[in-house]
Amino acid sequence: MADLETPRATADPFAPLQRDPSGAERIQRRSRTAWQDVRYRLTTNKLAMTGFWLLILLVLMAFFAPLVWPFDHYTNDLQLNNQPPDSTHWFGTDDLGRDLFARTWKGAQISLFVGVAAALIDLVIGIVYGGIMGYYGGKVDEVMNRFAEILYSIPYLLVVILLLVFMEPSLTTIIVAMSITGWINMAWIVRGQMMQLKNQEFALASKALGASSMRIIFRHLVPNAMGPILVTLTLSVPSAIFTEAFLSFLGLGVQSPVASWGTMINDGVQSMSIYPWRLFFPALFLSLTIFAFNVFGDGLRDAFDPKLKK
Amino acid sequence: MVRYVLNKFLFMLLSLFILITATFVLMNAVPGSPLQSEKATSPQIQKNLEAHYGLDKPLIVQYGIYLKKLAQFDLGISMKKKFQSVNKLIAGSFDNSLKLGLVSVATSVLAGCALGIIAALYHRKFLDNAALVVSVIGLAVPSVVMAPLLQYVFAVKIRAFEVAGLNGPMDYVLPTIALSAAPIAFIARLIRSSMLEVLNSDFIKTAKAKGLAGHMIVWRHALRNSMLPVVTYLGYLIANVITGSVVIEQIFAIPGIGKFFVQSVLDRDYPFIMGITIFYAILLMASRFLSDLAYALVDPRLRLQTGRVAK
Repeated sequence: MADLETPRATADPFAPLQRDPSGAERIQRRSRTAWQDVRYRLTTNKLAMTGFWLLILLVLMAFFAPLVWPFDHYTNDLQLNNQPPDSTHWFGTDDLGRDLFARTWKGAQISLFVGVAAALIDLVIGIVYGGIMGYYGGKVDEVMNRFAEILYSIPYLLVVILLLVFMEPSLTTIIVAMSITGWINMAWIVRGQMMQLKNQEFALASKALGASSMRIIFRHLVPNAMGPILVTLTLSVPSAIFTEAFLSFLGLGVQSPVASWGTMINDGVQSMSIYPWRLFFPALFLSLTIFAFNVFGDGLRDAFDPKLKK
Repeated sequence: MVRYVLNKFLFMLLSLFILITATFVLMNAVPGSPLQSEKATSPQIQKNLEAHYGLDKPLIVQYGIYLKKLAQFDLGISMKKKFQSVNKLIAGSFDNSLKLGLVSVATSVLAGCALGIIAALYHRKFLDNAALVVSVIGLAVPSVVMAPLLQYVFAVKIRAFEVAGLNGPMDYVLPTIALSAAPIAFIARLIRSSMLEVLNSDFIKTAKAKGLAGHMIVWRHALRNSMLPVVTYLGYLIANVITGSVVIEQIFAIPGIGKFFVQSVLDRDYPFIMGITIFYAILLMASRFLSDLAYALVDPRLRLQTGRVAK
């Protein structure tokens, strides 16, 4: 990296510099661990950091805005319906006179909850299934992989909608429905990592010391595969949020009076030519959230694997 | 190669069979029946109705009958829309969806490729960044948001297009943009990254060194090699367009199959739900199957593995 000697301007610019072998082996800076490297690459990525701070802001607002805001998300005030944004109702009110600022942040809570819950369920099932599949290999891998492939080939939206026919439309239903096929991607990522890692020396050493398979998988291999797992996790959140909004928009998701961005957008569409703010705010924050998760996830992927940088 | 195709095909059939069975079981496990209504009907009428739809037989027999009819491409009779066969309902509405879908797929591929090529050729210059902005917007703004906004700006405020319906060629513009925004963004990114990789490889340098013109290099060498990931993506693109059109048809009031699907779910019209589900499933699986095949044809390395194709 840094030059050992500072080149000085000499009378003859082409004269070779003196070589000093004593400093050649000196280590100039402390070596960084893999995680420090990741943090460095991530924090220097402006777009990813924008996404990161946006997320922090969105999460904080979703938590604290409904607590301190004087209006709640379900009380009607029919005298004050369809008010444009002003100083008391920052985002205006809807057709029942409910405060849209409160509803927007309630919607943020739901979106973030759905996104995180679905991603976490995917994470747990994906790690266990993928871990076992990748570690054991052979027949076990074949059978488990076939099963995952069949499940994967069934269109995602069909499963979700079918389940919604079977179960009452609610938050739980949506999350369950998304988890049925959502974990497969994670399982395949973990499987790929396992197959790479299981033949390395540290796994062999652990086996030689008599560790059980489960211990090797979950104490040694999974922590080493944390990078790709984290990236997949981050990128699966926006797709879950999107699906929730999509279903709620169609009337198959969260039901009134709970505010979800999808239902709010659906309500807003009906009256967008007269009361555009009813469409604008939920649409804006839904897009912002998905944007933030996407750019942060992309940044994370670049940080973990600079070779993949696109 | 034959083994690979056969393998994939058998898989598709197996998945389809599982989906059909699961759908059938789910539909019959749901409490309530589409024949129930607020009006009190005499038990005799109820019985006749059940006999008419074959609901009085044991479940396993019903399943057998359903499978048998399905093998003859008969999806049954709708329970809510009187005397209409599901086949006819699907055939009548699929027309609109198909047209919109084809236009959107074509737009996605063409615009996505164009954007990706521009971004790669002007790497790190203004046009690259402009393309990046377009693709970030395309990925971040979901169709549920994009469609109403387009409607608001271009149909309500500017009045350049019709708000809803699908009657003339101009009516395709807004739904197509809303449907293909995300795929365009995705394809642009795919093409850009693979194009950059190809442009830096040795055979491009050779082509340059022997004096081939710039546009020839792009068309003859770079583009062909960077199309590979797009071929894989096509199957998923078709799936995306189909599922996306469920929302788009709702917003733009297009009488397509997606709109019927949502309606049938809300109506609990079981034969119709099953019919559309199976129809969709066949469509999606077939398009994935074909794109897998296309990929295997283009990339010989893949024929060696039986595994799936990366997304």
